[in-house]
Amino acid sequence: MTTAPVKSNVPSRSGLKAWLSSDAPASRGHARAVQLYLGWLKLYENKLAFLGFLIIFSLVLIAAFAPLLATTEPNAQDLSKRLLAPGTSGHLLGTDELGRDIYSRLVYGSRITLLIVGIVAFTAPVFGLLIGTVAGYLGGWVDQVLMRLVDIFLAFPRLVLALAFVAAIGAGIESAIIAISLTAWPPYARIARAETLTIRNADYISAVRLQGAGIMHIIVGHIWPLCLSSIIVRVTLDMAGIILTAAGLGFLGLGAQPPEPEWGAMISAGRKFVLDQWWVAAMPGMAIFIVSLGFNLLGDGLRDILDPKKSQS
Amino acid sequence: MSIADSTATVARRGVSSPLYKVLKGLIAGLFSVAITMVGLLFVTFIIARVMPVDPVLSVVGERATQEIYDAAYKAMGLDQPLYVQFWLFLKQVAVGDFGMSTLTARPVVEDIARVFPATLELATLATIAGVGIGVPMGVLAAVNEGRWPDQLIRLVGLFGYSMPIFWFGLMGLLIFYGILGWVGGPGRIEIYYEDIIPSVTGMILIDSLLEGDFTIFWNAVSHIILPASILGYYSIAYISRMTRSFMLEQFSQEYITTARVKGVSETAVIWRHALPNVMIPLITVIALSYANLLEGSVLTEIIFSWPGLGNYITNALLSADMNAVMGGTVVVGAVFVGLNLFSDFMYKVVDPRAR
Repeated sequence: MTTAPVKSNVPSRSGLKAWLSSDAPASRGHARAVQLYLGWLKLYENKLAFLGFLIIFSLVLIAAFAPLLATTEPNAQDLSKRLLAPGTSGHLLGTDELGRDIYSRLVYGSRITLLIVGIVAFTAPVFGLLIGTVAGYLGGWVDQVLMRLVDIFLAFPRLVLALAFVAAIGAGIESAIIAISLTAWPPYARIARAETLTIRNADYISAVRLQGAGIMHIIVGHIWPLCLSSIIVRVTLDMAGIILTAAGLGFLGLGAQPPEPEWGAMISAGRKFVLDQWWVAAMPGMAIFIVSLGFNLLGDGLRDILDPKKSQS
Repeated sequence: MSIADSTATVARRGVSSPLYKVLKGLIAGLFSVAITMVGLLFVTFIIARVMPVDPVLSVVGERATQEIYDAAYKAMGLDQPLYVQFWLFLKQVAVGDFGMSTLTARPVVEDIARVFPATLELATLATIAGVGIGVPMGVLAAVNEGRWPDQLIRLVGLFGYSMPIFWFGLMGLLIFYGILGWVGGPGRIEIYYEDIIPSVTGMILIDSLLEGDFTIFWNAVSHIILPASILGYYSIAYISRMTRSFMLEQFSQEYITTARVKGVSETAVIWRHALPNVMIPLITVIALSYANLLEGSVLTEIIFSWPGLGNYITNALLSADMNAVMGGTVVVGAVFVGLNLFSDFMYKVVDPRAR
């Protein structure tokens, strides 16, 4: 059933803004648009969160237009220009031990970072959501077994587990993505289960069940939407952790393989001469720091916006 | 009244006594811990078996003849089905035997006993910093909610969450060791001081004090201060954030309003009324942060060449020393589970409502 059509008070002011801030939405789509717009306004008001949003937005733009922004090919070597200091003409952030332009490598590296974050941020929550809602909805021994599984994965040190997985399946970006996803899902399962427990006995769930809906239909169609907001906040806050884990794996030589311009691996390469040519290790670290700060600022702001407890006080 | 009836009464009375409930919770907790540990062992075992490394080759070497290879293969039980192998592995672990490390050629248990104190030393110092600085910071932020101290502390915390720890450590080394020369370089102690003092606890800071050797003590301090501060920063970020949110929760309670209306001074409201109530959930947070430091210092240990557990496990992984990896992972998991159980228990001891 769609929402009952509400007679829209034809707004006195015409235009998009009025339509977006209407308090009597005419359709489901309209209601969603209004909600999004109000959320956007709140985000805009929260300066720090907005800054975070800007950082992430820029990252996406940089990744998309990398070939236009980069001054050289990311892997173009020029041994006559090894280890040039930042600011040398043509090399804004200096060059590395093979004479590659660090700025261009960072620009291309944003693609790798986004790829890893994007895939993990999609697979881990979906898997966690599935496990958590099924456990919470079915209860009983299914719940017991699944939650024990969650406990087991939570008891592992995250990085060590990821390390072990990568070591077992071989180093590379794909392995890093799989390993991080495998270590990132348990918290989502916990959250989703807690949410499910509070809604599984709601009247509307009983109503759907009485209409003959199957278990998966109820879980995916009627429980998932209600778990989404807390999951989304958690995902945004986790993104920084995902970036840091990916960088850590890269740093240990288990993530993206050379000559890929992965930020963590770049730090690892620069580590050898950090005392003399600090910029080779410092610059990629700054990039990682700025991007994860962006995700943290955004996540922090989103929590304030989406957390109903907070907005009441 | 029959005997059965009276035992039932006693039992019923027993059920209602708080101590009994705590014990019952503890036993249930231990049971779930046992299951978690077996699961942990199972996952580790499977990973070790999936590893594309031939465990036999790492024992007999690449030039062994086929007969030697086959004999070793049999001796290691690799011809048995997986579940038998797992059972043998469980039996070994139960008596504290993780086998020999192929990397160090010593029993894994000995290796872990040697490296664990180094990690413990680091994590303990970081946690002390986290509690000593993080809790007051969190209180300060909560008291000034929304004003500049709160924003500042929030930013400090977010910076901590966003910094890649290996990079942070590297930059710390560059600035404080390379440029300023204020602290010692990587490692626990200068190489010429090594193995002079007898190892009692394995923690150099304590051992050197026990010996009364202050030269070594100060040398160890100069080496541990940077990695401990860097780990401590993360601990501070986490603990201050949690303290802030717990304090804010208390401030919205009516008993605080009552105290204020009665004219209790703000200082007393904060430190005598709100903070003790916050200490209860805070125990869990601190235990969790401690556990994370014990296991999560892998990258810091590598940057600082710190001979701790994280370094040990990583080196073992990179050289496919599976016994060492399994042993290390199991110890880490056990520490984590143990601390969780401990904080659950503390929670129940401190907070009567949780019984």
